Amino acid sequence: MIAFIIYKAILCVGIFVLLLGSAAYATLWERKFAAFLQDRKGPSRAGWGGLLQPLADGVKMFMKEEIIPNVSNRALFILGPSLFMVTAVITSAVVPWAKPVNIGGHVYDMQITDINIGVIYLLGVASIGVYGIMIGGWSSNNKFALLGAVRASSQMISYEIPMGIALIALVISSGGSLSLKTIVEGQDAGFANILWQPLGFLIFFICALAETNRAPFDLPECETELVGGYHTEYSSMKLGLYLFAEYINMFISSAVIATLYFGGYNFPFAHELYAKLGLAEGSAMVSLIGFGVLLAKIFGFICLFMWIRWTLPRFRYDQLMNLGWKTLLPLSLFNLLLTVVVEYFRGNIHF
Amino acid sequence: MQLTNRKVVVSNKEQSFAERLYLPAIAKGMIITASHLFKKPPTIMYPEKKRPIAPVYRGQHVLKRDENGAERCTSCGMCAVACPAEAITMTSGERKKGEEHLYREEKYAATYEIDMLRCIFCGLCEEACPKEAIFLTDRLVDAQFERKDFIYGKDKLVEKIDARIDVTKRQTQAVLDFKKLPGLKHNELFDAKKLNKGHKH
Repeated sequence: MIAFIIYKAILCVGIFVLLLGSAAYATLWERKFAAFLQDRKGPSRAGWGGLLQPLADGVKMFMKEEIIPNVSNRALFILGPSLFMVTAVITSAVVPWAKPVNIGGHVYDMQITDINIGVIYLLGVASIGVYGIMIGGWSSNNKFALLGAVRASSQMISYEIPMGIALIALVISSGGSLSLKTIVEGQDAGFANILWQPLGFLIFFICALAETNRAPFDLPECETELVGGYHTEYSSMKLGLYLFAEYINMFISSAVIATLYFGGYNFPFAHELYAKLGLAEGSAMVSLIGFGVLLAKIFGFICLFMWIRWTLPRFRYDQLMNLGWKTLLPLSLFNLLLTVVVEYFRGNIHF
Repeated sequence: MQLTNRKVVVSNKEQSFAERLYLPAIAKGMIITASHLFKKPPTIMYPEKKRPIAPVYRGQHVLKRDENGAERCTSCGMCAVACPAEAITMTSGERKKGEEHLYREEKYAATYEIDMLRCIFCGLCEEACPKEAIFLTDRLVDAQFERKDFIYGKDKLVEKIDARIDVTKRQTQAVLDFKKLPGLKHNELFDAKKLNKGHKH
């Protein structure tokens, strides 16, 4: 029992550190990547080639004056960014980060918890995430912040639906399990779900962009119209938490997309590679290679998120709603129908 | 009359299905941005690498000393008169006995101030100076936090005795000849014969 608690504690702390560290360096990479796309050099002064920039940013955020508006609802004002951060982090609990490791007959899952409703948990936590924005925006008692919060919540509601339907199609085509562990293991042979769900992936990816408030869906923090959006009144590290949680969200979304559609820690010809290297299935090395592959996939998706951000301009709000309700929703329903038909002929579902 | 060949006839024809999908257009845009990943940024990392400047660049002023280390400026005020931005102010002092090594002539500038925020670095002060005392150099004026710090006094303007500043690029023979042209106002004013009827320093 104690061994179990220690192993879970190490896993939790490890993943927490991984999230915070990768989010910190995602901020640097975002600026670097933007610079490369715009023929600039990006931050390069702090540390070696700018490697200490996230540290400098963090110190700056902590040293800044903290202002809590008199007219705000103080408790909720503080709760907002905390909630946003917490929901951003706890999504990582159901993601299987690497292959289970077999040490002395015990099998250790590299996943904090394998709940059998993992996919629904993901959707649920993602929609709680918007409460952080809503509470923050509303308690600021500022019209711009409120507008940003309202935009965020209606955007979240609109894009949850196609996202959920795309996930249903995915679950049907991947064998009917809602557990992320089972979904990943089903892609073991290198046949990622993307092959059966290309349209579903497209819908899920667009919705993931919208859910993480990334451009071109970053209307809640649209500077040109809403000053700073929902975090207009925030300063110091509270603002830092909002900005930081966005990168954690991006990291987790990339991890979820990689897990659901691109085989997670699996990769084509993995077993042949392990056999060639003489590694036993279940050894720590195999697990580590799988983890590296997953991280590479996550990095690729983070780059794609950033690439899109620095290419596409922001949507107008009515365009956003049109896309969500008039395009993605029918498209996801069509995808669901298509999946059911295809799976029927593949013999995976019976009536 | 056609001025350019960039004229485009605007049409409001309906978008085709491919256009309404927007995905081809998005892919096109993303290829354009991605192509910039492989371009070398034109950035010059400034303090480490400096761009070449013109040989006659007009930067921060220097008040020259002569070969013995005495200040050349006689506080005549020609530079202040010539200055179109009215950036130069000065007060004069009279040289006392024993100060000959400090000031070349009997009159000298007790204070000499240039407001670097007003200065437009035109170089007219240098052109007007009959004593070859003020020159513009290739140094840049430093950034400051306060307005008052941009008013440079003699402490910043006069060259240090142990760190002389080379202005030969700006003090060529052609410039010296130009300064002696009879038509120039300061040559007339400071023509010793006209002013002091035969008096010589």
